[in-house]
Amino acid sequence: MTDVAVPVTARKDWMSDQDVRWCPGCGDYSILAAVQFLLPELGIRRENTVFISGIGCAARFPYYMNTYGMHSIHGRAPAVATGLAVTRPDLDVWVVTGDGDALSIGGNHLMHCLRRNVNLTILLFNNQIYGLTKGQYSPTSEVGKVTKSTPFGSLDTPFNPISLALGAEATFVARTHDMDRKHMMEVFRRAHAHKGASFVEVYQNCNVFNDGAFEQITGRAHREEMLIELEHGKPIRLGVDGHRGVIMDAQGRLKIVEVADVGEDALVVHDEEREDPGLAFALSRLSRGPYEPTPIGVFRSVERPDYGSLVDAQVLAAQARRGPGDLELLLKSGTTWTVG
Amino acid sequence: METIDQVVIRFAGDSGDGMQVTGDQFTNESAILGNDLSTLPNFPAEIRAPAGTLAGVSAFQVHISDHDILTPGDAPNVLVVMNPAALRANIADVPVGGTIVVNSDAFDDRALEKAGYSSDPRSDGSLSQYRVYEIPMTALTQEACKPTGAKPRDAERSKNFFALGVVSWLYTRPTEVTERWIAERYGSNSVVVEANTLAFRAGYNFGETAELFESAYQIAPAEHAPGTYTNVTGNMALAWGLVAASQLAKVPVFLGSYPITPASDILHELSKYKNFGIRTLQAEDEIAGIGAALGAAFGGALGISTTSGPGLDLKSETIGLAVSLELPLLIVDVQRGGPSTGLPTKTEQSDLLHAMFGRHGEAPVPIVAAMTPSHCFDVAIEAVRIALKYRTPVILLSDGYLANGSEPWRLPAIEDLPDISTTFATEPNAESDSGEPAFWPYLRDPVTLARPWAVPGTPGLEHRIGGLEKADGTGNVSYDPVNHETMMHLRAAKIAGIAKDIPLVECDDPTGDATVLVLSWGSTYAAALAGVKRVRKTGERVAQAHLVHLNPFPSNLGDVLRRYPKVLIPEANLGQLSKLVRAEFLVDARSLTNVRGEPFHVAEVQQAIHDLLDEVRGKAASEPAPSAEEAGRS
Repeated sequence: MTDVAVPVTARKDWMSDQDVRWCPGCGDYSILAAVQFLLPELGIRRENTVFISGIGCAARFPYYMNTYGMHSIHGRAPAVATGLAVTRPDLDVWVVTGDGDALSIGGNHLMHCLRRNVNLTILLFNNQIYGLTKGQYSPTSEVGKVTKSTPFGSLDTPFNPISLALGAEATFVARTHDMDRKHMMEVFRRAHAHKGASFVEVYQNCNVFNDGAFEQITGRAHREEMLIELEHGKPIRLGVDGHRGVIMDAQGRLKIVEVADVGEDALVVHDEEREDPGLAFALSRLSRGPYEPTPIGVFRSVERPDYGSLVDAQVLAAQARRGPGDLELLLKSGTTWTVG
Repeated sequence: METIDQVVIRFAGDSGDGMQVTGDQFTNESAILGNDLSTLPNFPAEIRAPAGTLAGVSAFQVHISDHDILTPGDAPNVLVVMNPAALRANIADVPVGGTIVVNSDAFDDRALEKAGYSSDPRSDGSLSQYRVYEIPMTALTQEACKPTGAKPRDAERSKNFFALGVVSWLYTRPTEVTERWIAERYGSNSVVVEANTLAFRAGYNFGETAELFESAYQIAPAEHAPGTYTNVTGNMALAWGLVAASQLAKVPVFLGSYPITPASDILHELSKYKNFGIRTLQAEDEIAGIGAALGAAFGGALGISTTSGPGLDLKSETIGLAVSLELPLLIVDVQRGGPSTGLPTKTEQSDLLHAMFGRHGEAPVPIVAAMTPSHCFDVAIEAVRIALKYRTPVILLSDGYLANGSEPWRLPAIEDLPDISTTFATEPNAESDSGEPAFWPYLRDPVTLARPWAVPGTPGLEHRIGGLEKADGTGNVSYDPVNHETMMHLRAAKIAGIAKDIPLVECDDPTGDATVLVLSWGSTYAAALAGVKRVRKTGERVAQAHLVHLNPFPSNLGDVLRRYPKVLIPEANLGQLSKLVRAEFLVDARSLTNVRGEPFHVAEVQQAIHDLLDEVRGKAASEPAPSAEEAGRS
């Protein structure tokens, strides 16, 4: 590392020379563009930036970034990234994953890197389908989904990725969608700035196997009434002129009401910094699926020491206490005796 | 005082009786005294099986001598038992005429019944062929501990130290070693320190004053080369070897592991050495452990994952990725009885073929194996050397016997350890089509075929790697069939080429005309060599060789094997190295197998060698081999 100022870069500097091979019309293109537009604004170096992925359509992402990158194995990107982030705190480590990769085969690793608060920025492209294996249902597909592997409809209850991340002790949890580059960039910027594990669910359209999965909420015609943009410290409102809002009823449940009926003071004020994740969790359950008004933005952003810093602190403390390791002393640390 | 040249003692009791501590301490006393020694702990997989049952018996065998020994001994000369179950579980191993020291207080009706005895073996004549010494250890311990004020039930827990005291007197061991150890180990609890010390002294004094034993025995120090010694287990030596490798390579260790018997101690050890800059992660599972190690390797660390048994299965996919990524990575497999959960606390060598072939696709991986507990130190450095130099995952095979067994080890001089330092790429190594400097992550060193290690943070060398097939040179994703074939051959050639960079196999054939070669690998080294020595004492000619490198094999192995009409391979599996050797060299390699969860007995190796010698001479292989006494000591 040098002290020279970070070079000014543009989107093209972050694009690799490899042809992007997602299906034409895939939502992944707009997410890639949002990331490539954002990175020049962050004052970071290409050589200190690493994208790690698992397997799936989303997992091809690192090949398209002119940074360091690894396309690893199915579900294991959070584990691989953990080893890198813990040993190289100087790097910006991003994990790009999908709903099958992160929540099915790799569910275990996602949970544990969130609870450890490893310094990673995790982008989960959720299209509610398996794309690369050509159209089987995923752990976020709605019940009854008819796919090649579920000709009579899927039977299993889907995961809610935001609820799952909050339950896994994540310190930063947010949602955005592939139809709004500006919103994606702002959420990604926040996620990158957060020290610790940042989890971002990105609603992403698979136009081949699950086209229009989020159309009812992210389509231009529906967005205003169906997307609830969470803003820290502000009453939670939606719709034209914010005519609707979110209240907590006597049983502690969140409900969407007409603001005119309850008055603005009755609205829940969003507090992403609240230590208790209860309200964030309730917000994550406000919508039962991408056909009801759905919150986007930052659900939770709290401070907790990141895992790598804690590991480093133990190493530094041990070195301060015992001095740097001395191999000869180590070998003689047990009972020894001398011959001759 | 009678002088003897060696003895094998086995301490056996309930899991809660502290037999491992007792055995360890007797070993330490003997090490300080300068005896050569070899140990074999043997404990159940359950932490506390029901008290007094056969399932709960825990034992520790130690072989001490005044000369160089290789194995923990085929059979105990002395068996110390703390309860009836310990007697019942171990008596079959004691040769007729052997000595049995019994805690007679533990032989009540209930305990006898729990052990499955219908009558008391002490009085029903079943021990008539042994020398039995009955000592009321529980009562004597309680009596000795009275000054501490401890309740009798608590005082009783010191009875293992009473037993240690008795045997320490019997073999004239120094007492200060154990008394100092008790003070250090239990220092925070003065009542326990006092009780254990009093019990230990009481046992020692009992031996001296009770006139129960005919005499005490003396075993002179063995002749060891000059130097500073310590007693190490394989797991300890392996952990130290990894620390040493990190220092020698100047690359910091990152260990990603999941607790598993019998490998966990390596994780425990390395977790202590944070001042060496070592980072350890107890991962959520075996897969995450190795995944994190590989991620750390991508970042320029020495990535290591330690495991055993089923853990190796779970790591297979990541090892395959590491083969494709061509990054240094070390996998330590402390083999245990399989398949599946198998025998978690027992030893076996049944993962060789898994290490060799246990991945989809063609995914060659270098394999090295430790031969003795202290050799784990050297082999750890060698494994790391290969991983760094050839940018490849390496599998290091240890086993349960080496992991927990111990031996005296002459400490190496730090300056004599090899330089295994490595280099990182810092500059572009190619040109783009437009003539700009470019970095090709798969441009290989022409000699080693290793690719450059360019770590994140290096400007101008940004690149992407992954499990998809890569174009030779550029490393970009390539589905080209000809390129795939090229890459398959390159990966294979890189690993095969390591044969030029490892020592030749040494063949010990004193007369040069032996007809049988005994080839060992891993921990069977000890029993194989001891067996060869015994056979030679009968006047027979037999050659001996041992493999540390199992993939690739030393380049002269084929020549060595073809010199002998018969090759005997003792291995603790159903014939794995013999399969590899037959396939590779078309030689008549026979396996002598043992999957009983314990090391080979020297006698069975000896018998197998005699049988094979007879076969070469055209005789039937049915005559019993000369006894160990006839053959001389091992």
